[in-house]
Amino acid sequence: MNFDYTDEQKALKDEARRFLAAVSPLAVVRASLENPAAGYDQALWQRIGEQGWCGAAIPEEFGGIGMGYVELCALAEELGRSLAPVPFASTVYQFAEALLLAGSSEHKAALLPQVAQGSLIGTLAVSEGPGVLTAERIATRFADGKLTGVKLPVTDGLAADQAIVLANSDQGPGLYLVDLTGEGIERAFVSTIDPTRGEARIAFANAPAQPLGLPGGGLALLSRIQDRAAILVAFEQLGGADRALEMARDYALERYAFGRPIGSYQAIKHKLADVFIRNEVARANAYYGAWALSTDAPELPLAAAAARVAGSNAYLLASRENIQTHGGIGFTWEADCHFFYRRARHLGLILGAPRDWKRRLADRLETRVALEGQQP
Amino acid sequence: MNFDESPEEAAYRAKVRAWIADNAPDMSGLTPTERRQWHDKHRDVARVWQVTKAAAGYACISWPPEWGGAGGTAIEEAIFGQEELRAGLQFNYFRTGLDMLLPALMEHNHDEASLARVPPAVRGDEIWCQLFSEPASGSDSAGVRCAAVRDGDTWVINGQKVWNSGAQIADYGMLVARTNPDLPKHKGLTVFWLDMKTPGVEVRPIRMMSGDNELNEVFLTDVRLPDSQRVGEEGGGWKVIITTLMNERASLGSGTGLGWRDIMALASETPSFDGPAIEDPAFREWLADLYVDAEAIRLLSFRTLTSLSKGATPGPEGSAGKLLWSNLAQNLTDKALDLLDHAGLMDDPDEATMNGAFQHRFLWAPGLRLGGGTDEIMKNIIAERVLGLPGDIRVDKNVPFREIPNGR
Repeated sequence: MNFDYTDEQKALKDEARRFLAAVSPLAVVRASLENPAAGYDQALWQRIGEQGWCGAAIPEEFGGIGMGYVELCALAEELGRSLAPVPFASTVYQFAEALLLAGSSEHKAALLPQVAQGSLIGTLAVSEGPGVLTAERIATRFADGKLTGVKLPVTDGLAADQAIVLANSDQGPGLYLVDLTGEGIERAFVSTIDPTRGEARIAFANAPAQPLGLPGGGLALLSRIQDRAAILVAFEQLGGADRALEMARDYALERYAFGRPIGSYQAIKHKLADVFIRNEVARANAYYGAWALSTDAPELPLAAAAARVAGSNAYLLASRENIQTHGGIGFTWEADCHFFYRRARHLGLILGAPRDWKRRLADRLETRVALEGQQP
Repeated sequence: MNFDESPEEAAYRAKVRAWIADNAPDMSGLTPTERRQWHDKHRDVARVWQVTKAAAGYACISWPPEWGGAGGTAIEEAIFGQEELRAGLQFNYFRTGLDMLLPALMEHNHDEASLARVPPAVRGDEIWCQLFSEPASGSDSAGVRCAAVRDGDTWVINGQKVWNSGAQIADYGMLVARTNPDLPKHKGLTVFWLDMKTPGVEVRPIRMMSGDNELNEVFLTDVRLPDSQRVGEEGGGWKVIITTLMNERASLGSGTGLGWRDIMALASETPSFDGPAIEDPAFREWLADLYVDAEAIRLLSFRTLTSLSKGATPGPEGSAGKLLWSNLAQNLTDKALDLLDHAGLMDDPDEATMNGAFQHRFLWAPGLRLGGGTDEIMKNIIAERVLGLPGDIRVDKNVPFREIPNGR
């Protein structure tokens, strides 16, 4: 029993924080905000790649470091804290995890070492416009080795070299690996509420694609990929939420009104205590998710949904109340508060909105209760 | 991050689970009302269970053997507590004494006759209550007016206490009194223990809004206590109080009662618009939010265990657990009544779902947010001691207690 990082993991996390403070200060995030079409900071992505972080949880046989998932969670927490404008979540939590779960040995051997080196950007292309995408509504089609349809939006869709795409086929929904630099692909920039993270519209017109996993098993596989990604993203959410709370706290200490620091008023203190409690709930559920991920525990799907819901709720509240605590200055472009407000929503909507995950959580809770009922 | 039990812990859990199954008291003969905390028959069962536990070394597992404990670990004690709850055995009568007061007595009083009170409490022969709060000293826990005046080797106590859980059945109490009103409020306090049968002690039960009698007022009139019953230094009472209150919050933070399983069971059998309520999307969203908080409470208790197992004291962040738990209890009962619709009103044990457990809890829940530190005090603790925000501007600090405005 240990509700904490180990000393080695703490050292890794501290080192990551120092590194990111140096290479990804908020000035870098702001530069990315002012240049949305770039989609990400290439120089920063290269520096992070050189650290080997992209291969933290990729086994050594595929060119990774194979440290483990708790270590990757520690890095995710620091990346979330720094708001680093890089395609890490798409490439590492989603694309690489998908390959590790369902890639053929050729796919893994060809692509994972490039991911681990930071020389390949990958993403997952699921959404097709507004609303929840049910199996019946997937319009993208796969047939005869070719993919046709439109995915909108696709996170890091412009930057990515490869994508794993959800599409329907005669056997039902499946996931397909597509080289985005190949033929039959048309990509366009889409502006979003978080310009520090790129989103794109991708049109496939008979683009060559290779199936990933079993035919017709796409939704089950997607769900497994998203569970793993949800836990890792929950750590980014936690890191961001903690930093937003610290910003609000620091401002409440330095800003005076009516002759005293605004942080001495209970209206502010109790608000920030509420944020702290939501962050604690997010932390507890994220830690449990990290354990489930690192041990491949049967609790993983339920833990992932809980980590996702708690992380999304906490970051949204922390980023919102950080602006509120700052008052008018917090609402300006010049202040940094809006970076967190934007990123909170970005992280809360990629992989599906909290509403979607609450539904998954309730389904999984029923499954768990049913299983317990069968035990003696 | 490791939420697996060690092989030793798992073996310990299996051992105590079997022992509890073999030795648990039979409550099948009690009516639902008789099974509630503070009912005489429930208390009788609790005493028998405490005696059984003490004889087998399960009463105060983490205490040293010379105090009647088993010299075990805090983790073992927590595992035993979890297994008790799993078996439906939850008795609050001894917790005030064993979790909060007696550890303070053992730490701050070295008088033999005083310390002789510890073993009988472990065995369940003697029950303790806390006599801290007063009509003008609730959240403001240093605002104590109850006075203790020295008379040679004795102290003469006069004053009133309130919100004293279990004082109506307690054999002993621990009391804080003001021994010097000329000092600032936190500095003139002293703690004592007393026999509740001491002349001048009068207990008047308070009927709570739930109809239960757990809380009391205690009036103290010329109560004479020997100096040997002083706990800690004269004027050092605040330190003793803080020790006990931190223990209280740590133990309340892992609180129990109705949980997500209960409301899922209720929703499965309660009809809604198009089938049972469990199928209602709005209920499912609510359930997800509730579960996330309930999980956090469960998991944060592991953090407490982690720090205990490393020999550290749990910090003020434990206040988050108490806030979460008490608010969850209130939200859960509100939702249960909502699901039951008009029938949610019924608490008649013969008519109501689950014998009216949700309705009873509904009427208890407001108290959970008040006792052991109100929501507001908990938030102050988090803001000041965790986040480092400034304390309120205080008009009552560094002035003699007798000069503090009291609104009268």
